[in-house]
Amino acid sequence: MMHWIILPVILPAIVAPFIVLAARYHIGIQRVLSVASVLALIAIAAGLVRQASDGTVTLYQLGDWAAPFGIVLVADRLSTMMLLLTAVLSIFVLLYAIGSKWDERGRHFHALFQFQMMGLMGAFLTGDLFNLFVFFEVLLIASYGLMIHSGGNVRLRAGVQYVLYNLLASTLFLFALGAIYAETGTLNMADLAGRVAMIDAGSTVGIRVAAVLLLLVFAIKAAIVPLHFWLPSSYAEAPGPVAALFAVMTKVGAYAIIRVYTLIFPPDLEFTAGLHGLWLAPAALITIAVGMIGVLAARRLDRLVAYAVIGSMGMVMIAIALFTQAGIAAALYYIPHSTLASAALFLIADLVRSGRADLRLSAAPQIAGAPLTAGMFFVAAIAMIGLPPLSGFVGKLLILTAALDSSLVVWIWAVVLITSVISLVGFGRAGSTIFWKARALAPEDDPAPAPSALAYTSVGGLLALLVALTVLAGPAHRYTTAIAAQLFAPAPYIGTVLDTPGKLSPPQEGN
Amino acid sequence: MELLVASAIGILTAAGIYLVQRLRTFPVIIGVSLLTYAVNVFLFASGRLAIGAPPILSDAQTYTDPLPQALVLTAIVISFGMTAVVVMIALGAYLGADDDHVNDPADSSDTDPEAAK
Repeated sequence: MMHWIILPVILPAIVAPFIVLAARYHIGIQRVLSVASVLALIAIAAGLVRQASDGTVTLYQLGDWAAPFGIVLVADRLSTMMLLLTAVLSIFVLLYAIGSKWDERGRHFHALFQFQMMGLMGAFLTGDLFNLFVFFEVLLIASYGLMIHSGGNVRLRAGVQYVLYNLLASTLFLFALGAIYAETGTLNMADLAGRVAMIDAGSTVGIRVAAVLLLLVFAIKAAIVPLHFWLPSSYAEAPGPVAALFAVMTKVGAYAIIRVYTLIFPPDLEFTAGLHGLWLAPAALITIAVGMIGVLAARRLDRLVAYAVIGSMGMVMIAIALFTQAGIAAALYYIPHSTLASAALFLIADLVRSGRADLRLSAAPQIAGAPLTAGMFFVAAIAMIGLPPLSGFVGKLLILTAALDSSLVVWIWAVVLITSVISLVGFGRAGSTIFWKARALAPEDDPAPAPSALAYTSVGGLLALLVALTVLAGPAHRYTTAIAAQLFAPAPYIGTVLDTPGKLSPPQEGN
Repeated sequence: MELLVASAIGILTAAGIYLVQRLRTFPVIIGVSLLTYAVNVFLFASGRLAIGAPPILSDAQTYTDPLPQALVLTAIVISFGMTAVVVMIALGAYLGADDDHVNDPADSSDTDPEAAK
């Protein structure tokens, strides 16, 4: 059994308490440990991606207990891709937090950051629904701490809303898990795939309720309208680097929807057939519209970015809601793009804030380092809106192409194209107000110092990744197509999980 | 027995949902607690109700499903911890702003967290 799979969970789980206990008063040591841990995570994730890239599904049985009795971690193409995305995003976020000195403004930033990594990595790797709940809670409780990092009344109030909303989501998740367990007697995803298919057509009430409840829970995480209310205030009030890290948390919801609704409730399952086309697709279209109109209506730059995140989650969801291989492949191309672009925009909003009294979209004296910040905003906004030449354009093109066979094709094309124009106006207005109108005002006598080179480097790194995603769109899309193909042929996944012997395996023939 | 457990879950959930929709943090937190109690009982019942049976395979004729009991324990610990966190954050927000409303004030989109400190 290969032990590398458990390392993305174990490593931050060891580093975080070590930071709290041993390096509590030494911000320098904390930074070194934190960066080293994330660099190691990138290396491990890259290794796991390499291993999974040929289609192997690797299984890790905790305590050597066989599934479905024991908890298993499973590394296939999808989960390893999400691992790598999270690790790569977090190194830039971490460098930004160090470069902008956000990590000094409150205690335990690095420890909470590591716990957050642990929860994210675990959520992507686990092959057990209840374990998914536990890792959701790990990443949430770390995110509560990060969200209110450095305090302030407005931030605390937003924090209360964020925590309460997520507590309700967790309760809903538990209700869904209880219903699934009552109907099937198992919570292992691979085992569920077989048992759900065996349920008698006449007695599907319980499992249908559970399927809808689960979809609601993941929709809350992914901020799908009408369950998106928690996102704008929490992301806007959270510290800049934390909001950038949260950009990957909405993707956990998208990942969970892809995983659960290809494996446990696949699209050809009769009794959950209408769930995607009838409910998820219209909700996703409304999400795009609400997000992009929010971009236009926002009065502060950080809220504008938060609404852009909602809009891009809508794009991901509409691609997922098609539930075809092409749709999932397009969604999986759009997920890294959307994560990196939203993270870059949150960091840029924080760069802007460092030189201004507030982030209101009104003219203020020129900030230090404005030309570079404005250039970065320009690039990130192009990517987010989906204008050529950056990856947002490629992603939207893939999604629109994948939608051609759908019955909603007219709606999808109309909503995506019209909202792109709306968000273009929104971003254009925000950028020109913040960066151009400032030139008309007299500069301040004592301007705030320009952000550090490290802060600019980390934003530049994210933008460089977006460019790389655009240049390498061909190989990237071929890889996401391979991921989608693996998701739509789950037999090897199920076989690996259920047939690997361990303690408590059912007795073999002839024993 | 089934009726008793089912109606207990139902009443707890209904009361919890009602309280969650209040505007101030205290009733909302009580509501969330009631909801977590409801879900704990619900999880417990998801392994079917067997009275007076051990939660382990033994020589006895019947046994109760031990897995939901383990799940409930995990859920209790997590919801307990989460409630403690939300109480602390809500207390901080209340003491800082002298206001325990959960909703955003009308002009909240104009205030900057760093400027409002």
